[in-house]
Amino acid sequence: MIIATIIGMAIVTMVPRFIPAFIMEKVQLRPWLNRWLNAIPFAALGALIFPSILTVIPDQPWIGLAGGLIAVVIALFNVNVIFAVLGAIATVFLLTF
Amino acid sequence: MGETSMMTDEGVEQSKLLAIKRGSFAGFPIFLGYLPIAIAYGVLAQQSGLTTFETTMMSVLVFAGAAQFMAANMFAQGAMLVQIVIATFVLNFRHFIMSMSFINKVREFPMRWKFGLTLGLTDETFAVSSLNGHEAKKEHSTFYFLALILIAYIGWVFGSFLGAILGDALPATLSDSMGIALYAMFIGLLVPSIKKEWRVGIIAVAAMGVNYVLMNILAVEVGWAIVISTILASLLGIVVMKEDEA
Repeated sequence: MIIATIIGMAIVTMVPRFIPAFIMEKVQLRPWLNRWLNAIPFAALGALIFPSILTVIPDQPWIGLAGGLIAVVIALFNVNVIFAVLGAIATVFLLTF
Repeated sequence: MGETSMMTDEGVEQSKLLAIKRGSFAGFPIFLGYLPIAIAYGVLAQQSGLTTFETTMMSVLVFAGAAQFMAANMFAQGAMLVQIVIATFVLNFRHFIMSMSFINKVREFPMRWKFGLTLGLTDETFAVSSLNGHEAKKEHSTFYFLALILIAYIGWVFGSFLGAILGDALPATLSDSMGIALYAMFIGLLVPSIKKEWRVGIIAVAAMGVNYVLMNILAVEVGWAIVISTILASLLGIVVMKEDEA
């Protein structure tokens, strides 16, 4: 039963992932379409970050916010993303310790 | 932002091995970010009554963090197959939108590569691949993206297995702190892009605003909320983006 559920989850996850490989073949690339598709990563990143980052520590939204702000500051220095990740983890760790 | 890099990347020669090395390097932050989260998933799935095999197989077959956490919770509450599968579909449908954007960057790849690579698209592999979209113009770039995705996949599967066998060995404050890892990675990817081109910042902030309204005010399910806010904010891109931003 659990394995059947997992296989069902795998199918409904895989199909939306690969369908665009086939439909995009048939789509004529127009400049506006290109601009839209190029904007998707930035829109997705925004939506993935906020407001979910506020729930990193449930009931204490400001801790997630603080970790995020530290990540912003570190990222402004154009260093590898690893440093933003480590800085944010350290911030949340110190604030919850 | 892409003008100069696109011109210089066109047909850049690199060996297969170099492409694999550079792809692994780009994917390594995802590997590190995935490890603690996958361990936390493994622990939770174990506590929800899944065996080590089932816990690991879900990571092998599904490879979608948020959906796997949700499924583990639903298993613990005794949910039925259909409920879990439908909830997974809703939560993961955003990958459809991401995949369209990704495929647009790797248009020139043979179909079997496009098919294979899209199976490994997660929020994180999509974000890192997209921000390195100019790599697609280089020689052997298929291997660059394959390595990027595989190293993330290995981190996810291996971490899940570790979590399942370790159980609750990780101190709670440490694992709680690591919950911010992937958000910080998203921020670490987004901020330099905004620094280079402020227009993409408008799109990201618009998505945040729409998503906030959908999730916190209209109480839309998180899966649909992310899909809707991604589509709406990226449509804004038709007006604000310049042609070759990639």
